[in-house]
Amino acid sequence: MSFLSYLINGISLGSIYAIIALGYTMVYGIAKMLNFAHGDIIMVGAFTTFTVVSTMGGNPIVGILAAVVVCTVLGVTIERVAYKPLRGTSPLAVLITAIGVSYLLQNVALLIFGSNSKQFTSVVTVPALKLADGQLSISGVTMVTIISSIVIMVVLTTFINKTKIGQAMLAVSEDKGAATLMGIDVNRTIAVTFAIGSALAALAGVLLCSAYPSLTPYTGSMPGIKAFVAAVFGGIGSIPGAMLGGIILGVIENLSKAYISSQLSDAIVFSVLIIVLLVRPTGILGKQIHEKV
Amino acid sequence: MKIKSAKSRVTLQNSITYAIVLAFWVFIQIWSRTGQMTSLFKGLLVPICTYVILAVSLNLTVGILGELSLGHAGFMCVGAFSGAFFTKAMADAIPSVNVRFGIALLVGAAVAALFGFLIGIPVLRLKGDYLAIVTLAFGEIIKNLINVFYVGKDANGFHFSMKDVASLNMGPEGEVIIKGAQGITGTPKASNFTIGILLVLLTLIIVLNLIHSRTGRAIMAIRDNRIAAESVGIHITKYKLLAFSISASLAGVAGVLYAHNLSSLAATPKNFGYNMSIMILVFVVLGGIGNIRGSMIAAVLLTALPELLRGLNNYRMLIYAIVLIVMMLFNSAPKAIEMRERLFDHMKKKNRKEAA
Repeated sequence: MSFLSYLINGISLGSIYAIIALGYTMVYGIAKMLNFAHGDIIMVGAFTTFTVVSTMGGNPIVGILAAVVVCTVLGVTIERVAYKPLRGTSPLAVLITAIGVSYLLQNVALLIFGSNSKQFTSVVTVPALKLADGQLSISGVTMVTIISSIVIMVVLTTFINKTKIGQAMLAVSEDKGAATLMGIDVNRTIAVTFAIGSALAALAGVLLCSAYPSLTPYTGSMPGIKAFVAAVFGGIGSIPGAMLGGIILGVIENLSKAYISSQLSDAIVFSVLIIVLLVRPTGILGKQIHEKV
Repeated sequence: MKIKSAKSRVTLQNSITYAIVLAFWVFIQIWSRTGQMTSLFKGLLVPICTYVILAVSLNLTVGILGELSLGHAGFMCVGAFSGAFFTKAMADAIPSVNVRFGIALLVGAAVAALFGFLIGIPVLRLKGDYLAIVTLAFGEIIKNLINVFYVGKDANGFHFSMKDVASLNMGPEGEVIIKGAQGITGTPKASNFTIGILLVLLTLIIVLNLIHSRTGRAIMAIRDNRIAAESVGIHITKYKLLAFSISASLAGVAGVLYAHNLSSLAATPKNFGYNMSIMILVFVVLGGIGNIRGSMIAAVLLTALPELLRGLNNYRMLIYAIVLIVMMLFNSAPKAIEMRERLFDHMKKKNRKEAA
């Protein structure tokens, strides 16, 4: 029974990683850049909800909506101000700028909220589910996280495959030049991608802090890195890959925490990543691109 | 004739780099003798040397070999711990602290090089961002493993454990040297600024001579076009591994220097985590990828900047972040470059007019 509960908690944590990883992988697929500031957008989302719900006493739903709006605007603004001028230059320059943005967000949060960790009140009020005569208890947050991640994945897949903007995103990620020739507004498509990625990060932030309720300006950075690992794990640029990678990562992390060592769980997660990449150098669902001379 | 002049140009450029380091040393000596230097800044001198060595060595991987590594702090961590372990463990055998420190530097370099070699074999098969994420993963694994690593020493020799002090099974007189997450305490403070500068010079001599040798040209050929390099008979794996291991071993030296500047050494996310690796990468990129002198200067300025801004208290890291973003945009954005060139032309024209 305890194995089952570790497994379910792992899936729940993995669903959060998957939601964050979706943002990473979409931005990578389209803008070919590693958005290191993505993890800190999670933190901004969580702090927005915290401010609305705990400080101003607002409704949790309003808090979540506020987080989504703030993060979407923030994501698009960051793209416009910091990344767009560097488009087409060396990927390293963009990477360093993203790191700068990450420091900036962390330090602004530090100035506003201080470095002490804040107690995040869970926005989920669903009671825990007791199964098998109370031997297996699944908390409300866990259920809500898993269900909402499934909903997000279904909606996102439908959006990308069925709408015009979604198709444009696929086209831009395939070949930017050809997409421009077909009359697709590349700048707008990239902006939309950042908006969606940031909105997802906001949701992930709220879910993450509902499950693990301590909130500091650095809350986002480790989950951000893990989600990045998950995205690479599943094959960066691939949307189903990000989902799969996130969930596998969460399960491995939770099971190794439970059965091997809580101190070594990160090392185990990263070792699995290395092994996978050595066997499949472009991730589980990544496309193998052959080099032409 | 032409080859000769190119050679002498290289020699001149290298001499300028060495001269800058020596001038910096003289400047700091004068400054500290006149008593104007704050104690905070004095505490920063050895870290500045550490970061310069790290930046130069990472530039070998990123700029010369052309592979993005996000795990450089991991090699520094390996060097720091093996060096500090050596100085602690050999305290009875070699009484002189300086001799022990000297050997510890070699030990740190050797162990880090070994790690670089072992990690390099699988990692260097990957490309681009995948390579970056795997180096990041290795850096985190190293930090994590050291945090659960216990080593003790008693009459029977060394004892290792991955659990806790009790499972070391030591004799009563035994001494714990590496104590898991608490790390190594009581390392002699053998580092000083002059030793740091000497190590910086040594690093520069190694890296600059490597770049301008046949081996260095082979490494750069791999960076510029792997397939072309392979087709003219350059052994890709060999040269990649060579550059990566040298880079790792120099990071190890920086780690030993770092460890002997502190009385207690623990692997925390702050000093050996990916944040540190990223910081070193920032030095390299801001200084100019492949430009050794640039990464040196960037390391000094960016280490000193938060201290110089200390008066601004809480705002200093914020300003640091903004400076970073603005400098990147100013340096690399096509529009900014265009604007800069226009401004330059304008000034040139003006000067010409005035001259006429």
